[in-house]
Amino acid sequence: VDRFITAIAATVGIPLIVLGYIRVGDALLDRLPERLHRWLRPYFWALPALAFAFVFMVYPTIRTIVISFENRDSTSFVGFRNYQYFFTFPDTLLSLRNTVLWLVFYTLGSVLLGLITAILLDRVKYESIAKIAIFLPMPMSAVAASVIWKFMFDYRPAGTTQTGTLNAAIGTVGAQPIAWLVNSTTNNPALIFIGVWMITGFCMVIISASLKSISPELLEAARIDGANEFRVVRMIVAPLLWPTITVVGTTMIIQALKQFDIVYVLTNGAYDTDVIATQMFRQLSTAGHYGRAAAVGVVLFIAIIPLLVINIRRFQQQEEMR
Amino acid sequence: MSGVAVETRPVTSQQAGTGNGIERLANRLGRLPLHVVIAIIVAVWLIPTIGLVVNSFRSVHDMTVAGWWTALFPPNGFTLDSYNSILGLEGFASSIVNSILITIPATVIQLAIATMGAYAFAWMRFPGRDLFFIIIVGLMVVPIQMTLIPILHMFAALGIAGSFLAVWLAHSGYGLPFEIFLLRNYLGGLPKEIFESAEVDGAGHAQKFLSLALPMTIPAIASLTIFVFLGIWNDLLVALTYMGSSPNRPMTVVITQAVTSLGQNWQFLTAAAIIQMALPLAVFIGLQRYFVRGITAGSVKG
Repeated sequence: VDRFITAIAATVGIPLIVLGYIRVGDALLDRLPERLHRWLRPYFWALPALAFAFVFMVYPTIRTIVISFENRDSTSFVGFRNYQYFFTFPDTLLSLRNTVLWLVFYTLGSVLLGLITAILLDRVKYESIAKIAIFLPMPMSAVAASVIWKFMFDYRPAGTTQTGTLNAAIGTVGAQPIAWLVNSTTNNPALIFIGVWMITGFCMVIISASLKSISPELLEAARIDGANEFRVVRMIVAPLLWPTITVVGTTMIIQALKQFDIVYVLTNGAYDTDVIATQMFRQLSTAGHYGRAAAVGVVLFIAIIPLLVINIRRFQQQEEMR
Repeated sequence: MSGVAVETRPVTSQQAGTGNGIERLANRLGRLPLHVVIAIIVAVWLIPTIGLVVNSFRSVHDMTVAGWWTALFPPNGFTLDSYNSILGLEGFASSIVNSILITIPATVIQLAIATMGAYAFAWMRFPGRDLFFIIIVGLMVVPIQMTLIPILHMFAALGIAGSFLAVWLAHSGYGLPFEIFLLRNYLGGLPKEIFESAEVDGAGHAQKFLSLALPMTIPAIASLTIFVFLGIWNDLLVALTYMGSSPNRPMTVVITQAVTSLGQNWQFLTAAAIIQMALPLAVFIGLQRYFVRGITAGSVKG
């Protein structure tokens, strides 16, 4: 009962506090000398947001970098030892390899499938209904999606009835059942596919919106000139979609680097499926080694820095066009 | 169901299939591979979810002896056993409540603060504004893994580890950069003249924000609310880190712990997953237009 009261108090109370902050603060500022309140007012408005960003993002990021140079419980400085561990220990190197696999195949898979579905569905009358089907996994949690695919990948020993959809399907053509999530040649592709399955709808919706903005007259003119459909797509549609594809692609790269949920739920990194994010969580929770966990986090952060720069550049270009 | 919002476009001669009957038939046949490919993709995207829905209405025994597709034919053997069992399970029933108690306040807190901050960035001039905003844009991609350890320490030092308050604050901090970015772009796009004429009438920033900017930003806030709400509802990492063993943990954590521990209750996971995704799917189907518009607005711009 207590929790309900706290939750309701927070839900109603916070907007009231923000309102009060604005009203009372503004009234107080009005009493100050003109020059002072002119100077102070913007900071007063931006303060709560900036404080949150600083306390929960900026400070911890700097602190994590410091912790990554310290020992297990952050009591002494150890130099690069945690990084040395990360780049020499087989388990952590494996997580690095798998994150690269995710980076390549998750990004390519989701962008390509998003592009293909957007282009194909643009040509049929039942476009909107088909889009719902492909978009459906998008609002789901990765936890629920993992449970869905746990049943798809279910494995029973050969000779018994296969209750997993995939093994039953390949059984109808006489193939032996596969332990999809255990076998180390199939499990990484299987996990990556779940990620692609979830996010393709997102890529499709964005690429499709950009596709609809291409003038139909342009395409028609090319067709009248005798270009076949593949040529139209390759020579006209693809170049016009390219800016959108790069935006979607960078978003997918960031998603790929941060992947945690699917791997954690389905294998928890076992059978050679560990990725950087699950490796870090294990160092943090199971091993309780803050220095190593922080170092893994920093490696992830360094991988994302180029994308951070790209994002800021793109933002600055947009600002110039405003 | 109205379908995912698409802009219509005039039908091209390709699609209309002009010409005489034979030509039209040839045209149709030529398009057959297109329909087949689409049908395969749609099937791959739908079947897994359908399988889970069907399985959630079967008995545990049926699930272990035959695949879900056998239940499509009589005797179906449909039952609500899984739902009854999972709802009767103390840990899971209370986690449904926890998910709600985490999500609603966390959403409200961050949107209230983000809207106010976005207004300052959009309509006020102050030294350091551009620098602060570039930091905000950069923070949008910083992985939250970079923040977990110091914030865990901080919550422990404050004595709020594992509490709702801790998770509300953490979610708010993580969500703010993107929300400020999006709302600032939206607020900045409002017509300047409205604010100027209000200023002539002697309105201060508080008044301009509350009676002009806020009402005009409601559409943006509404579609942002959907995403923020679902993001927190579906979150695993934040809840797992800050309340992994607390009785306050949400559905996603409880389901995950059931999967990974492979305890006795794993068969009921079908029903648990359906319950967990019911709200997101209902929101998606009910508010599709906002959903799709929100995605295109949010990412094409940013």
